[in-house]
Amino acid sequence: MKVQIDSGRCQGHGRCYDIAPGLFGDDDEGYGRVLGDGLVPPGQDHEAHLAVANCPERAITLTKGA
Amino acid sequence: MALDDRFSQDFREPDAERPFGTRNEIITGLVSDWATDFSHLEPEWSADPYPIQDDLRQRCPIAHTDRFGGAWLPTRYEDVAAIAYDTERFSSRSIILSNFRPPPEVAPIGGSPPISSDPPFHHDARKLLLPPFTKSAVERQEPATRAFCHSLIDAFEGREVVDAARDYAQHIPMRVIADMLGFPAEDGPQFREFVENLLEGINLPPDERIERVSRLFDYLLAQVNEHLDDPREDLTTYLINAELYGHKLDSSHVVGTMALLLIAGIDTSWSAIGASLWHLARTPADRERLVAEPGLLPTAMEELLRAYAPVTMARLVKEDMRWHGVDMKADDWILLSFPAANRDPAQFDRAGEVVIDREINRHAAFGLGIHRCVGSHLARMELRVALEVWLERIPEFTLADPSAVTWAAGQIRGPRTLPLRI
Repeated sequence: MKVQIDSGRCQGHGRCYDIAPGLFGDDDEGYGRVLGDGLVPPGQDHEAHLAVANCPERAITLTKGA
Repeated sequence: MALDDRFSQDFREPDAERPFGTRNEIITGLVSDWATDFSHLEPEWSADPYPIQDDLRQRCPIAHTDRFGGAWLPTRYEDVAAIAYDTERFSSRSIILSNFRPPPEVAPIGGSPPISSDPPFHHDARKLLLPPFTKSAVERQEPATRAFCHSLIDAFEGREVVDAARDYAQHIPMRVIADMLGFPAEDGPQFREFVENLLEGINLPPDERIERVSRLFDYLLAQVNEHLDDPREDLTTYLINAELYGHKLDSSHVVGTMALLLIAGIDTSWSAIGASLWHLARTPADRERLVAEPGLLPTAMEELLRAYAPVTMARLVKEDMRWHGVDMKADDWILLSFPAANRDPAQFDRAGEVVIDREINRHAAFGLGIHRCVGSHLARMELRVALEVWLERIPEFTLADPSAVTWAAGQIRGPRTLPLRI
């Protein structure tokens, strides 16, 4: 599974990097960014799902495969 | 003395060219029907707005009032979100609903950028403010905030009943924002007065409001001048030196943004901390669980922010239009209730209950869209530290007198008197 942020929707609430700091970080303006290639390592599925479900702007997607 | 022409004369000099706004009759008193005559200034609303909002959501999801010269109150999450996202049809040129509407010509900048700004100016004014308010930037305030919370609790020594709103919650954001702006810490009591004047004085006669707002701007100009003489590593110096489109900011922009940071940073966090302590004081099971499981606090905090979201914003309708079944007129107010959106059962399971371990919580306490609260990371740090220190030092507390609790009226709602037995 892979996480992605739609930068057109992200407003920098920061819920993703609060909830899943292993998958997301922030940039100099506080907008969310995906760490590395966005592949969700084993054991972090739950955090990935929570980041998606808690984003107030619905800016995060989780895609299967890769 | 450093010279900066921008601040050498008062930018508020009356200008014959300056367009006037619209003043409306002040209407107060008992609400006849919340669907057609709502007022967020009446005691029934400030005491407990949630049953009113729940009722409206079912029978009249976009309520109206003739008060304030005409205003609409959407209570469904989807309507609140749609308005927050629609900056084409709804302007932010005034975000505090009152009996005075600034003229359309103040857009797109507004009096306190970027909260009062519309696109495209909004984006550029906001971009200036983002770096000092990122999560990592505000983490630098955490040790001092924690030490300050401890000092407030140290001062409770020997007392059985304390006012958690006045003696604890209000001081925390005041101290933090004063430090960040580089204002003297002892000016706190003045800040409280500024906050009350601006946010709770909306039904005063306009001349009285203008006079009160003047006092805030006099204070801010004095601070600017002190910083011109003695520049420091703080937000005031940062704003004085900031540039937009190759020029330093207009004096009205610098001072308007300082006003925003001071006012918006205080009342809001004060309300969130107070409402959280109020909930825990009257809900022993939640309090005991948080004391036993401190790791649950970040999750619990989001639920308290959802259920007791302190901030309601306002917008002004740009043009006459039919919108989601109602006929809106140009210059009608919208009371943009994030608290009502946060309790919409169509968006949240068990919307009316506080579920302290709610894991999925897409709440809108800090707004939605381009105006997401720029201080949200700071507010979350303050709320977390304030609750951590309180629960560590005072794990057992109850409401000393539930009938003595008072809540602020207006768009920022939180306890203003909160006697707790500790």
